[in-house]
Amino acid sequence: MSSQANFTHAEAAEQFIADEPRTDWHDDTLWFVREKRDKAAHSLPEWEQLRQWASDIKYHGLSNMHQLLVDFEKNAIANGIQVHWAVDGKEHNEIIYKIIQDNQVQRIVKSKSMLTEECHLNEFLTEKGVEIVDTDLGERIVQFRKETPSHIVLPAIHLKKQDVSETFHEHLGTEKGNNDPQYLTEAARGHLRDKFIASELAITGVNFAVAETGGFVVCTNEGNADMGAHAAKIHIACMGFEKIIPKAEHLGVFLRLLARSATGQPITTYSSHFSKPRAGQQMHIVIVDNGRSRQLGRESFRNSLKCIRCAACFNTCPVYRRSGGHSYHTAVAGPIGSILNPNLDMQANKDLPFASTLCGSCSNVCPVKINIHEQLYLWRQEITKEGMAAKGKTFAMWGMSEVLAHPAIYRMAGKMGRWVVKHLPFLTNNGMNPWFKQREMPEAPKESFRDWYLNNKQK
Amino acid sequence: MSARETILAGIMANQPLSQKLPVVRVNEMIQYEDLVSQFKIILEAIGGACLEVKDHEELDTILQELIKEKQVVLNAINPSQTLVRQLQTDSLESLASIDMAIINGSLAVAESGAVWVSEEQMILRILPFITEQLVLVVDRKNMVSNMGQAYQQIDFSEIGFGAFIAGPSKTADIEQSLVIGAHGPKKSMVILVG
Repeated sequence: MSSQANFTHAEAAEQFIADEPRTDWHDDTLWFVREKRDKAAHSLPEWEQLRQWASDIKYHGLSNMHQLLVDFEKNAIANGIQVHWAVDGKEHNEIIYKIIQDNQVQRIVKSKSMLTEECHLNEFLTEKGVEIVDTDLGERIVQFRKETPSHIVLPAIHLKKQDVSETFHEHLGTEKGNNDPQYLTEAARGHLRDKFIASELAITGVNFAVAETGGFVVCTNEGNADMGAHAAKIHIACMGFEKIIPKAEHLGVFLRLLARSATGQPITTYSSHFSKPRAGQQMHIVIVDNGRSRQLGRESFRNSLKCIRCAACFNTCPVYRRSGGHSYHTAVAGPIGSILNPNLDMQANKDLPFASTLCGSCSNVCPVKINIHEQLYLWRQEITKEGMAAKGKTFAMWGMSEVLAHPAIYRMAGKMGRWVVKHLPFLTNNGMNPWFKQREMPEAPKESFRDWYLNNKQK
Repeated sequence: MSARETILAGIMANQPLSQKLPVVRVNEMIQYEDLVSQFKIILEAIGGACLEVKDHEELDTILQELIKEKQVVLNAINPSQTLVRQLQTDSLESLASIDMAIINGSLAVAESGAVWVSEEQMILRILPFITEQLVLVVDRKNMVSNMGQAYQQIDFSEIGFGAFIAGPSKTADIEQSLVIGAHGPKKSMVILVG
């Protein structure tokens, strides 16, 4: 499903960084999470081996996806779970709506599921007049504010406690100006407990689905997925098909990597393994494609489907940390989102692969060893080939390739550049030059490296 | 074509040549000599508490102590125990009033502070999540170093639901400030017996 954004990443990022103290806070906070991840990773001598196993298990899964899904379906049905298939986001939403209608339920809770964000389930159900309550604290905050999550693990990381306090004052009647996170969380706990107890239907995501058992695992720290799923008489779990892993024993690799990579915790508080509905309960699984089978066929990009949604690449990314999740105008932001979203809609997301320095930090922290920065680079080439790159970029690249292909022109251009920066600084230090925004231009060196080398070689 | 057939046909056409499944060598995963102290360190670091008792007699004494001044306690270890005020119904409203649930766990994992609890041990699936305080009781000899070993001991063919539970429920969704007690228990304790 295409995003409706009418701005590019660069334009939105410019707005984001206009508030410098907040940008610094965002940057520092996510870097702190990255440091916690490092500490957790370094506590295990076998960390690199785990990453390799995880990457290889996932590749095995991609290369046997057809069989694993057929096995999973068979075992899930034998367990008493109803299995549904959705080609795209629209079908996914319609399946859920039909279950709601068939059972005539009104009170619905939902724990965190990036897939339902990708499919725009909330908007779809709201239009049908169905209210859905997000129960993850961060997601409830952004839902009250009519925003979307800005981070797949930390949905409200773009907000400060004053913002949350104002939102809760408006919607939950908390004391005005009381910014204490403990107090605010307590208020949300009380509010959402009532919702859990009253709920008739619970929607959750899926972290891992196991072909061998026909069961699935949902991980949370808050316990909201469990409160919803065990209270309601209907549980719907939604998954992209790439969540499949072959065997339960492989959870012993993935659960060791997931929380350590995400937040630096050894494991999430709850890792809940659902295999069968409880007595009297309906359990449904919706398996969604939405472009994934197409991505599976793209040799350069299929490894992006290994992603386990830990967001380590977000937290380490110098561009994400300083531009905020909403700048990416998609459900999954950050480096991984920038290689997933062009597959969903290249035209709408053509700016995203350029929202990177290609420093490679994302690939270095990825627990399933996705070559994220290389794929970003490859997407840029695809987008330029399709004639979708920003005009200025195409022109600059053409100019650059001409200059670089002709050494004499290159040397001349260098000389001119140094002379201009030194004698006519206003030509570069102005708003027309995108590199001058938020930056000081460097002082021009007296001579090029080539000249310096030729001079010193003679000495 | 149905959605199922469309998706599976698309996958069949696009999936790469099969690559072998790697052998995960659990014996290459971290091993701790002192499982109890490692477990304690991790559990305390994630906001939980750990007690050791030498036998079931001492366990009973400790539990008596813990349930003092609690209004509603659900003892899933020994539901017939008289010292416990039982719930009148298992409606969600009354479950939400539980002050403390005492539940057996079958396995404790030193590397993560997690305890595996199966559906049979919970009695009700929602019990370990809805209670205000959670006490998990694990036999000391059922401890393993890492999650790899833990999965070798769980038989999924028999299980409808089960969970690894590591410490109390928590959130840091407001400015990354850690708050213990999100939707689940505000306190969580593991008692190791033996």
